[in-house]
Amino acid sequence: MGGAIAFLGCEDAWLVACGVSGRRGVSVLGQAMKTYEQINKRIESGKAVVLTAEEIMDYVDKTGLKAAAEEVDVVTTATFGPMCSSGCFLNFGHSAPKIRMSEAWIEDVLVYTGIAAVDVYLGATQLRHGDPANMYPPGEFRYGGGHVIEDLVAGKTLQLFALSYGTDDYPRREIRTYFTIGDLNQAIMVNPRNCYQNYNVAINDSDRTIYTYMGTLEPNRKNATYCSAGQLSPLLNDPYYETIGVGTKVWLAGAQGHVYAEGTQHAGACERTPDGVPTEGAGTLALTGDMKQMKRAFVRGASLRGYGISLALGVGIPIPILDEQILKRTCVRDRDILAPVIDYGNDYPQKTGKVIAKVSYEQLRRGEIEIDGKTIAVGSLSSYYRALEIAHLLADEIRRGEFLLAEPMAKLPRDMTMKPLVIREKAS
Amino acid sequence: MSQTVTHKLMLYFPKCECEKPIIYHLVKDYNLVVNVYRAKVTPEEEGYLVLDVTGTPADIDKGLAFVRTFNVTINHTGKGVTRDEERCTHCGQCVAHCPTKALHIPNQATGEVVYDEAECIECLACIRVCPFGACASAF
Repeated sequence: MGGAIAFLGCEDAWLVACGVSGRRGVSVLGQAMKTYEQINKRIESGKAVVLTAEEIMDYVDKTGLKAAAEEVDVVTTATFGPMCSSGCFLNFGHSAPKIRMSEAWIEDVLVYTGIAAVDVYLGATQLRHGDPANMYPPGEFRYGGGHVIEDLVAGKTLQLFALSYGTDDYPRREIRTYFTIGDLNQAIMVNPRNCYQNYNVAINDSDRTIYTYMGTLEPNRKNATYCSAGQLSPLLNDPYYETIGVGTKVWLAGAQGHVYAEGTQHAGACERTPDGVPTEGAGTLALTGDMKQMKRAFVRGASLRGYGISLALGVGIPIPILDEQILKRTCVRDRDILAPVIDYGNDYPQKTGKVIAKVSYEQLRRGEIEIDGKTIAVGSLSSYYRALEIAHLLADEIRRGEFLLAEPMAKLPRDMTMKPLVIREKAS
Repeated sequence: MSQTVTHKLMLYFPKCECEKPIIYHLVKDYNLVVNVYRAKVTPEEEGYLVLDVTGTPADIDKGLAFVRTFNVTINHTGKGVTRDEERCTHCGQCVAHCPTKALHIPNQATGEVVYDEAECIECLACIRVCPFGACASAF
């Protein structure tokens, strides 16, 4: 509740700061300057004006907000980084005789079989059978779920091994075969959490090297890791979820996918700057798309030393320029986006909630930040280079009339906070 | 005396040539300054040595001719650490760990990670931290 109040307070502050409450009121009533239908007609006729979230900033400075809002139809946003909460549903079709898989492995990586006979879910962070994990720390985690997903998209031949208890209608007890993604009936990526709106900057305040999902962190604040595309990132360009919602069409690793729900841990009621930009994790998206249409360069297994496996994914999201305020928010710059610096040596694992400092993405992208008088080398896990490439690829697809926009069927919640897991005694 | 130059070399030692003090002779007999980055030279196994040699072009030529008499392969272009452009996603995780800035982002606007082989001292930090296995060691 407190979070919701804080959220509204921020939005009010934003409206006052912009002095546009009247215009915004019009927009809220649905009398936008442009509609999705009008924009899609322009895309279909090959006349849509499309700029990337990077190009739009200078363009609006030069042209002015009003003229640019009339002229520009779509701004493309993008991100490329590890997204652990990713995976895919696969359907193998039936062998003769048939099997109802009760346990299965692809390239020795366990997949979930607690669904229909030959459907499985392959998760990005699943380790390969026999991986010693952190038995002899730090573990290397060379191959796992994320790599199987990459290999599938790359069209490689993979091994399926499955066991069953056998039934009258599915008598086979064991199967070992080799397949490619082309042999599957469906290979649908279903990612419960992608596209974190903003993210932590990880440092290590302890006196030993630590191995985290934010990479290797040297002791005594020797290095820092951030993980966001900043000014290119989808939800930082639509901070109040006005155009990105359930049903929004997205570019998912080259396939045309969509947002199927709010992402897990979505927390729209977050701390924000007066401009509405979240200064912590905030919103997330649940995405899905056809893996048979994906490109390998944007689906990459990741090995995080001492931590485990993940999947780096490329996502592009178009923002329709329905009115001036939507356009204004796509002009957000790295210098206006702040990320919290968190100690992963103690504060993160112990959940103390302590934020050491806030730094801008402009500072982070320079490769050095200064905290308490100490200069810290900065590395990233999110690739700005790839994100920029995706923003341009998506813009080109829209200009060619090959990618139409979809109006969301439901908004993402803006009043949610993230609940903790409470450890309780069993009720007597 | 002509000006000195520096060459980065990778030497490959077959099983039988490990016992001879080749580096000693390069220093003593050919006036070469040697800076060894990394070595794996184990008796009864093949071995590798990555080093800089500094000296006059004439001394370097003579020194290398001496090395060649030992059935040692001299690789002028091969490096102990290689980066696979295809596997690199340009995330920039390596740049904070690279002590010599051999891996760096020259243009912040694009974010492209560039590898300057000449600056690499083969500490292998990039191999440990790259999530995508883009960097690899020859040995």
